[in-house]
Amino acid sequence: MTDAPAISLHDVAKTYPDGTVAVHELSFEVPRGRIAALVGPSGCGKTTTMRMINRLTEPTSGEIRVDGSDIMAADPVELRRHIGYVIQQVGLFPHRTISENVATVCDLNGWDATRTSTRVGEMLELVGLDPSTYGERYPHQLSGGQRQRVGVARALAADPPVLLMDEPFGAVDPVARARLQEQFFALQRQLGTTVVLVTHDIDEAVLLGDRLAVMREGGFLDQYAEPGTILGSPATPFVADFVGADRTIKRLALTPIDVSLLAGPRDIPGQPSVPADTRMREALVALFDSPTGTVLVTRDGTPLGTLTMDAVHRAMAAQEPAA
Amino acid sequence: MNSDNPWLSWSYVQDHWRELIAVGFEHLGITVAAIALACAVAVPLALLARRHPSLAGSIIGISGVLYTIPSLALISVLWPVFGLSPLTVVVALAVYALLVMVRAILVGLSEVPAGTVDAAVGMGMSDRELLWRVQAPLALPTALAGLRIVTVSTVGMVTVGALVGYGGYGSMILAGLYENAYHAKIATATICVVLLALVLDALLLLLERQVTPWVRGR
Repeated sequence: MTDAPAISLHDVAKTYPDGTVAVHELSFEVPRGRIAALVGPSGCGKTTTMRMINRLTEPTSGEIRVDGSDIMAADPVELRRHIGYVIQQVGLFPHRTISENVATVCDLNGWDATRTSTRVGEMLELVGLDPSTYGERYPHQLSGGQRQRVGVARALAADPPVLLMDEPFGAVDPVARARLQEQFFALQRQLGTTVVLVTHDIDEAVLLGDRLAVMREGGFLDQYAEPGTILGSPATPFVADFVGADRTIKRLALTPIDVSLLAGPRDIPGQPSVPADTRMREALVALFDSPTGTVLVTRDGTPLGTLTMDAVHRAMAAQEPAA
Repeated sequence: MNSDNPWLSWSYVQDHWRELIAVGFEHLGITVAAIALACAVAVPLALLARRHPSLAGSIIGISGVLYTIPSLALISVLWPVFGLSPLTVVVALAVYALLVMVRAILVGLSEVPAGTVDAAVGMGMSDRELLWRVQAPLALPTALAGLRIVTVSTVGMVTVGALVGYGGYGSMILAGLYENAYHAKIATATICVVLLALVLDALLLLLERQVTPWVRGR
């Protein structure tokens, strides 16, 4: 059980009675504690694929397992109580206070009042909302970003092993979105929840996804792989086009500095320095800004080597798979 | 002659307050019974339409046709069935209240945001839990707004029941007409109808505020 993937889809397809194919047979697995981002343009079936995992949409064929168990064998209502669910519209209950909203699944699962209220307080604090300030408010008294965080707290309150999210950060402004993404990622790593995230935004997918499923109009899964692989060697012309002409720049954001490719440390006056765990994109920015054309890479203050444009170039070339 | 037959007469009220109160209770009783009957039919019909959306059109349509029957005609039709009893009036008024109530409940249910329903189902609410924990409370303000309209219009329509002898203040108005147009009787009864409607409306408004605390301060 423990080495089974948290979520697995095997030859799953969805065809509507009128013959429309929403999702063509697709298979992928999400390892425990990881985030899989389903990404693609509208009409690519990414939301349908996600909704089949908690049976809001019933698959036509194929097999979906959550924690090793076939979801078709479970009662849908019972199944959903163990799968968190967050949507773009958030869908908070306007007639319930923030605390009552967060308590929803705990209540459905029959938790006693003390356990629930303790949990609600913990969850609100975890998403950065003070329970004594916000607990008794109604959803309409909160900002969009705050409501979105309540939505996440509500979905995670009963500690589901799996969380489904459909464009969860789509309705907030870009500044708030970046902060929410960062907070969510930290929270997910802390809780170890397995996540399926639906987004149309390739940058969001690359930022949050441990695995990316790139889907194409008509319900085709073109490629399922780690973000570095998707950006480095897109499997189809569609994937290459979708991830964008700047995919190499995006890949730089994922790639750590390769210390073995650095020139020996040189002490050049005016040369900026970056720590060794910096991603290539940031290091490149420092390189562009550097008056000397070099950047000193350090670890715990000790110089490791000098980064030059040539080293960046060789690092990216080394990553490019032979195919 | 006018000085002998004023429309507004405080002495009439002083001389007849017991009768006015007794008639008021009859008027109130018929109103409440009619609305209760309408709700008892409207709620199951609305729930049926919720479960089978294809039926919603027919339910609204049939209620709409019933709504267009003139009240005098409806009472004439029901008279042979229920006789000269308050039941005739209650059933007739309930028929009129039905359309507004069914429609108010259905509109209230349809106004629940789709995202809220999707989130509720996605989190594992059964259909019953969805209805009672989410849809019913959120439909309540609209349903209660419908109830207020129905209440005010029913209080006015009870007067038609005078035709079969159970019209509350309507019976007094009719009697006033027969008594050589006894102006004070007619006017006082009319004012009482208006007052009763206003009081019930205010009470329902208070109830609405009480049961929908989340709407405040919006």
